[in-house]
Amino acid sequence: MSPDDLLYTKEHEWLRIAGDGGTVGITDHAQKELGDIVYVELPKAGTKFDSGETFGSVESVKAVSELYIPVSAEIIEVNDDLGSAPEKINEDPYGAGWMIRIRLLNKNETADLMSAEEYDEYTSEEKE
Amino acid sequence: MRYIPNSQADRQRMLAEIGVDSMEQLFSGIPEKLRLRRFLDLPRALSEPELLEYFRKRASKNEIDPALFIGAGIYRHYIPIIIDALISRSEFYTAYTPYQAEIAQGTLQAIFEFQTYIAQLTGMDVANASLYDGSTGLAEAVLMGQRITRKHKFLVARTVHPEYLAVVDTYVKNLGIQVEFIDYTADGRLDLEQLERKLDTNTAAVVVQSPNFFGTIERTHVIAEIAHKRAALSITNICEAISLGILKPAGEDHSEARTADIIVGEVQSFGVPPSFGGPHVGFLATRDKYVRQMPGRLVGMGKDFSGRRGFVLTLSTREQHIRREKATSNICTNQSLCALMATIYLATVGPKGLREICEHNVLKTEYAVTQIRQRTKHRVLFAAPRFNEFVVQPADSRQFPGLPLSRFYPELGNARLLCVTEINSREQIDAMVRSLAS
Amino acid sequence: MSKPERTSTHFSMNESLLFEEGSPGRCAFDLPQLDVPRKEMSELMDPELLRSEIPGMPELSEVDVIRHFTRLSSWNYHIDLGLYPLGSCTMKYNPKINERMARLEGFALAHPYLPGEMIQGALEVQKTLENCLAQISGMDAVTLQPAAGAHGELTGILMVRAYHQSRGNPRKKILIPDSAHGTNPASAAIAGYVVESVPSNNRGTIDSGELRKLVNDDVAAIMITNPNTLGIFESEIAGIAESVHAHGALVYMDGANLNAMMGITRPGDFGIDVLHINLHKTFTTPHGGGGPGSGPVAVKKVLEPFLPYPVIQSNANGSYSFNYDRPHSIGKVKAYNGQFGMHVRALCYILANGAEGLKEVSEVAVLNANYIRSKLKDAYALAYDSPSLHEVVFSDRLQARKDVHVWDIAKRLMDYGFHPPTVSFPLIVPGAIMIEPTETESKQELDAFIEAMLAIEKEAEQNPELVKSAPHTTRVGRIDEAAAARKPVLRWRAGG
Repeated sequence: MSPDDLLYTKEHEWLRIAGDGGTVGITDHAQKELGDIVYVELPKAGTKFDSGETFGSVESVKAVSELYIPVSAEIIEVNDDLGSAPEKINEDPYGAGWMIRIRLLNKNETADLMSAEEYDEYTSEEKE
Repeated sequence: MRYIPNSQADRQRMLAEIGVDSMEQLFSGIPEKLRLRRFLDLPRALSEPELLEYFRKRASKNEIDPALFIGAGIYRHYIPIIIDALISRSEFYTAYTPYQAEIAQGTLQAIFEFQTYIAQLTGMDVANASLYDGSTGLAEAVLMGQRITRKHKFLVARTVHPEYLAVVDTYVKNLGIQVEFIDYTADGRLDLEQLERKLDTNTAAVVVQSPNFFGTIERTHVIAEIAHKRAALSITNICEAISLGILKPAGEDHSEARTADIIVGEVQSFGVPPSFGGPHVGFLATRDKYVRQMPGRLVGMGKDFSGRRGFVLTLSTREQHIRREKATSNICTNQSLCALMATIYLATVGPKGLREICEHNVLKTEYAVTQIRQRTKHRVLFAAPRFNEFVVQPADSRQFPGLPLSRFYPELGNARLLCVTEINSREQIDAMVRSLAS
Repeated sequence: MSKPERTSTHFSMNESLLFEEGSPGRCAFDLPQLDVPRKEMSELMDPELLRSEIPGMPELSEVDVIRHFTRLSSWNYHIDLGLYPLGSCTMKYNPKINERMARLEGFALAHPYLPGEMIQGALEVQKTLENCLAQISGMDAVTLQPAAGAHGELTGILMVRAYHQSRGNPRKKILIPDSAHGTNPASAAIAGYVVESVPSNNRGTIDSGELRKLVNDDVAAIMITNPNTLGIFESEIAGIAESVHAHGALVYMDGANLNAMMGITRPGDFGIDVLHINLHKTFTTPHGGGGPGSGPVAVKKVLEPFLPYPVIQSNANGSYSFNYDRPHSIGKVKAYNGQFGMHVRALCYILANGAEGLKEVSEVAVLNANYIRSKLKDAYALAYDSPSLHEVVFSDRLQARKDVHVWDIAKRLMDYGFHPPTVSFPLIVPGAIMIEPTETESKQELDAFIEAMLAIEKEAEQNPELVKSAPHTTRVGRIDEAAAARKPVLRWRAGG
């Protein structure tokens, strides 16, 4: 069961909202699919993205996945610890493995995201 | 056919076990109208003795006299016998790319040693597992420069090997990259003033070769400093890798601002025969911070799960088999066996041997230049220091050794590029000078 | 008591890096005495231009060097040791005479910049090889310049671009089946094209209906592999080529799998306009642990003007020459004219075989693959049921039920003394196991491999842990690739 205080995308990012701000990472399901994560490429603070745009990528030994921003946002902070310890994404995807903190540019867009329950249902369907 | 083990009887047994009557049935997936119903029109099959005869005859039609004094990117140096002895081991030359690390440690460790040697020689942090050759290597370096800077203008010395320039042109012309040339001055080196003038903040990189195509040695550190002042990268190309035994590499200096960002080139001189232009072996070295923008394979050192040291292809997410159209390059293979030759060569000659070879090249070239100046009426062009090549302007239309330069540098008229290495004896040089003097 | 630095195993099991072995004063090399006047280097050039020493470069004796590399070599699997069933790589025996011929001094020391009359032997070898490859592929002209398969792809696609450009519009897209090798899209991208993927159908071939929907006037070419990476012949190829041509687009073929069709069918006869050929696959030039390769490109008449320069010309007097006067050429893709040493080897192989020999090569390659297929199809899931040519693709679907995956099977094969097949490719088959035995394997060798695969299948069922922890007998175990990639160590440095 995914944490129920988060919102989810079909591309397996999660978003934790706090006021105008939010935190983004990838889900436990996503890190398992990727396997041992060896590198993360993240944007600079200050960059702005439209909802659904690629904001970076995450690499395992034999795969690269692009990261899509769940909502239109400005990057406030990037998790620099992942540079030297990308394995944190595997170990603690919803905690120490967070990727970016953002300022939401259009709060209405969160309506398009999935709840934990919807996301779990979505991933179980995807498996079949 | 002698390379096919299964006899007709074996084949019949196998067909029976598969459950088909004839070989023909195995090709049922190919529509009949596409089948070739005749034999290919090829020369008749030759036995082994006939093959020997055939190739020996053709080989003997090529001129290979070292006293032809031709270099221009392909150099005749002495090749220690042990190189061929070692690379003729099936374990090296009939192995595939080392994707299965556990049973390819020999190839992997040797490549890691190649990477280390290249990094040491160039003064850079890291080098890749090799590229096809110097010319494609330079094209890859330019594309890498574009990826790093996201800028599209390159200032390139006209004294970079002209065929390398042609290859760069082929690679970049569809990718929005603009190449502007920087001329050489009367001393045979890059025109620094012109470089300063043409450099602007849109410049991705400055590309220079040293020793350059005329054999003169460029001030690579000064050029790097100029490039960096305008936030451009400095790319240095090397065709004559032997020179690294004595010349200060572009990657080494007390100040980082004076060092190159990418050093790329050809290491055919390290024990690889000219072979009519290939296979040779390219390399690309850079700084740690750019490693993820590098093209080509990389071997890393790691450990197995019980803690033993082992080697493995790494950072492969840059490459085509994973990133497909977004890869840093389309390159798949490296020139592994030739990189191995270079590695064995460097192990054999060692630092002292490499230095001595360089000294012989410089001294014999100096001797040839002095003799031509003193004993003939032909003019040796360009006053800058040189390594093992030089340009002569013939004073008459006699037969002349070396490479005619007019195809690449029409402004130099009948000038010739000559090369003298450690394999050329004083006797050969004197004979050449005599033939030019009379 | 402190532990000894080395274990008691012989060095041959535990060879250091060259950089850890040197000892000052050792020497494996000497030069003849200098026969011209000696001067100090600093007299001849600004001391600023000179280097001090090369930090870390080891000093070794000849015996040190020989032992070092001989020991390293003993850790490699290689084709002279046994079956090397890498699908789509065509690991076949490399005849020894090829090596000897490429090393003839007249070839090894030839220089391409010498005047034409001094390089006639080399030019004749190249021209003869071009003619043979044109005949085998059914095409009109060949360039030997590209250094490897991927390089050939780039060359071919650049020619496609030049062709369209000459008609006023380079077009935008290249269509590539989802089963293609990764170099295909990467090469198309470097040639400045956008890549669009064409789905495969349930027979493992191009979905020609989908393809027809995707072809339009923006498409410059389709890049197909035939037989494709599943070892299946694209039986609708002629129709596909026709519909692509109807839109003015061209058909590029990746010739990686030519070993399945020599003398059987020819790309030039089924609508291909341009293809590259991997001499290191079909034509027995050695893989060398990852190169040098060689990737000649063969084209139809319409593309001939765009070939890289120089082209080799046969003159009326029986001589050969390089022709640089090629106004429509795409330019040069490599300095000089290709990996000549590989051209000698490939020609030697073609001449050793002749037309009948090459046909036999393809027949037995297909026979051997089908023999393996028939013996393993009950134990491993066939990816597609369509007829196999030179290779067969299984998946790990049946074994995955016990959590044994394709990588585990591959590693376990090493314990049985075999090199594994290609795994995890093509991408459209999850857990792909791609087996290409080639014609140079005997029935005995194939039977031994089949037995090993069947034994592993049983182990996967009964003792999955044994398979999952393999290999158990190699000099090193599985390398921790994630750790190696997180903190890459790409060179040796003094003091670690």
